[in-house]
Amino acid sequence: MNSEIAKSTSRSFPYRIVIEQRLKEPSRTYSLLISVLAIVVALFIGGFVIAQAGGDPIRSYRHIAKASFGNIGVFSDTLVKATPLILVGLACAVAFRSRLWNIGAEGQFFVGAFGASAIVLTPILPPDTSPWIFIPVMMVAGILMGAFWGLIPGFLKAKYNVNEIISTLMMNYIAVAWNNFFIYAVWSESGFQMSPMFTKNAWLPRLTDYSKVVPAFRGLTTHLGLLFGILAAVLIWFILYRSRWGYEIRLIGDNPQAARYAGLNITRNTILVMMLSGGLAGLAGMSEITGVVHRLQGAISPGYGFTGIIVAWLSKLNPFAVILVSILFGALILAGREIQPSGIPKMIQGVILVCLIASDFFLRYQIRIVRRE
Amino acid sequence: MDPIIILQAGVASGTVLLFATIGEIFAERSGVLNLGVEGMMLLGAMSAFSITVKTGNPWLGLLVAMLAGGLISQIHAFISIHLQADQVVSGLALGFLATGISLVLGEGLSKAGTVSLMPSFSIPVLSQIPIVGPIFFTRHSVLTYFGYLLIPAAWYYINHTRPGMNLRAIGEFPAAADTLGINIYRLRYFYVFLGGVMAGLAGATISLAIAPGWFSEMTTAGQGWIAVGLVIFAQWDPIRAAFGSYTFGALRRLILDIQGPTTILGLRNPFYYNPYWGFFLQMLPYAFTIIVLVIGSREAIRKRLGAPAALGTPYIRGERGL
Repeated sequence: MNSEIAKSTSRSFPYRIVIEQRLKEPSRTYSLLISVLAIVVALFIGGFVIAQAGGDPIRSYRHIAKASFGNIGVFSDTLVKATPLILVGLACAVAFRSRLWNIGAEGQFFVGAFGASAIVLTPILPPDTSPWIFIPVMMVAGILMGAFWGLIPGFLKAKYNVNEIISTLMMNYIAVAWNNFFIYAVWSESGFQMSPMFTKNAWLPRLTDYSKVVPAFRGLTTHLGLLFGILAAVLIWFILYRSRWGYEIRLIGDNPQAARYAGLNITRNTILVMMLSGGLAGLAGMSEITGVVHRLQGAISPGYGFTGIIVAWLSKLNPFAVILVSILFGALILAGREIQPSGIPKMIQGVILVCLIASDFFLRYQIRIVRRE
Repeated sequence: MDPIIILQAGVASGTVLLFATIGEIFAERSGVLNLGVEGMMLLGAMSAFSITVKTGNPWLGLLVAMLAGGLISQIHAFISIHLQADQVVSGLALGFLATGISLVLGEGLSKAGTVSLMPSFSIPVLSQIPIVGPIFFTRHSVLTYFGYLLIPAAWYYINHTRPGMNLRAIGEFPAAADTLGINIYRLRYFYVFLGGVMAGLAGATISLAIAPGWFSEMTTAGQGWIAVGLVIFAQWDPIRAAFGSYTFGALRRLILDIQGPTTILGLRNPFYYNPYWGFFLQMLPYAFTIIVLVIGSREAIRKRLGAPAALGTPYIRGERGL
């Protein structure tokens, strides 16, 4: 689409609009501005649909803002919702960076939660084990289960060129059925569709647990998982931008052809990236189950794995931006629980993603108004 | 556990996958990958059911569902054809959006009760044929019979007509097609629209014929994604797509029925005595999709067949094409 096919607004008008490809990367401020504008447009469209469905858009948005950032208590709850999003968003970001479309973070989240639960409920460790042993073992179990769930589609992709989008999605449904089997049949607490409560030693510490020392922490539910998320972001940043492996990941993502000619082992990288991605999502599941839910049950995720895709895309796959974007989406999920109709948060997420992708056009092309000769 | 009944019901429920898969084949043959099938199906199922509840006319519901699927697919068409965005992400976004809209507009619809459904009937002479008659021509919805007509029609269109040849050309080598004066942009919009219409039809087939009602996201339960997988298994061929769809339909039905009887072939039925094993049965369609993908992908490598060459890449006029 270069200037030859530019559209003229009218024959006699002395100016015309030219759309041409950008030759250099737009500045950071400009691309941030475009993203913000895309979100604003998305909120307008979302508001329009809410009004069509019989709701009051302004009241809905005001409610979302107040119920998620209104005071330190609700902000702490927002951080709780943001915690799994950070980890899942990183999982998606690292896979997308290598051009692997891991849409299976939801399933990896579920089996991560299963892995952590198995340590407590099987029981692999006795209930009076010290938290200093419990928590690391559960983390490893969650990460390993998630990594295993990523390994299967990664292996199939690397060996048989099986489309990972579909295989990771199918693994989601399998993960849910797998968890349900254990929730209903094996660990069911007196016939209810949930496992017994975990022993306190297996809970991630929350801020409120330290309210004796710091009274201001009373009632704050933010838990250690948030720290996992932040540390994971640092680690992923380091891997991607400061390590040889990260260079390989980015090279394969940017130009797989060149990577192959350079002799990179694409098979190995595909499998490893899928395992890393799955492990992060598995850790998210472990953090959610030990930090918030404290038992294995069916409803542990309002679609974190899918929101992670949007988070990763909105952060332009930057690990630190993932943290900020996760907080915004955590707010949307937290406040969205009380909004009627209940599908609104999901719909707004969809509108935001659509607007974001559409807005990328403005990063690749520039639109100028020039004078006719 | 009568095999004839399972196969009969399998053909019925396979019709859903058939419509969605053939629709996606058209879109992908034109070079546009649309991952929003699941969302468009949900939108179709919701609008078909909702309109039928309000008007009592399932045909109107069907029409609106097809239009809704077609219209929302144009968002993806615009973003991927004119804005040249990544088709994977754009398709996912469309899926999120369509799912969200369906959930918002479908609020409370699950309590709507029963509605009049698409008519079903037996075909007079054909239903008398042994085995084939009871499976394919007895007490099926009119949509299932429409599916039978669609399979050869789609195959003939793609392989033996001029517009079908253009369709293959814009998916394989758009730059060459462009030099012949084929309007690539317009055709791609059209085939994405067709894919959306078919996905809407697939959704309406669920909510008005196969499993009537609205059950939020469980209405489709991942069948849109299975359809995207089946396209690869089918090697972008409608006849193989039909084979895959009906097989999957029968598998879904078998899983429901196998937990019923106390004995199977004279043996104790473990799924009857251990109802929780049903969760492993529930995994089967999804595990089977992965297996089918492995088969399809290996075959593609062996026969050097594969996706339309331009699948997933935007066509930019004046740039060096494929």
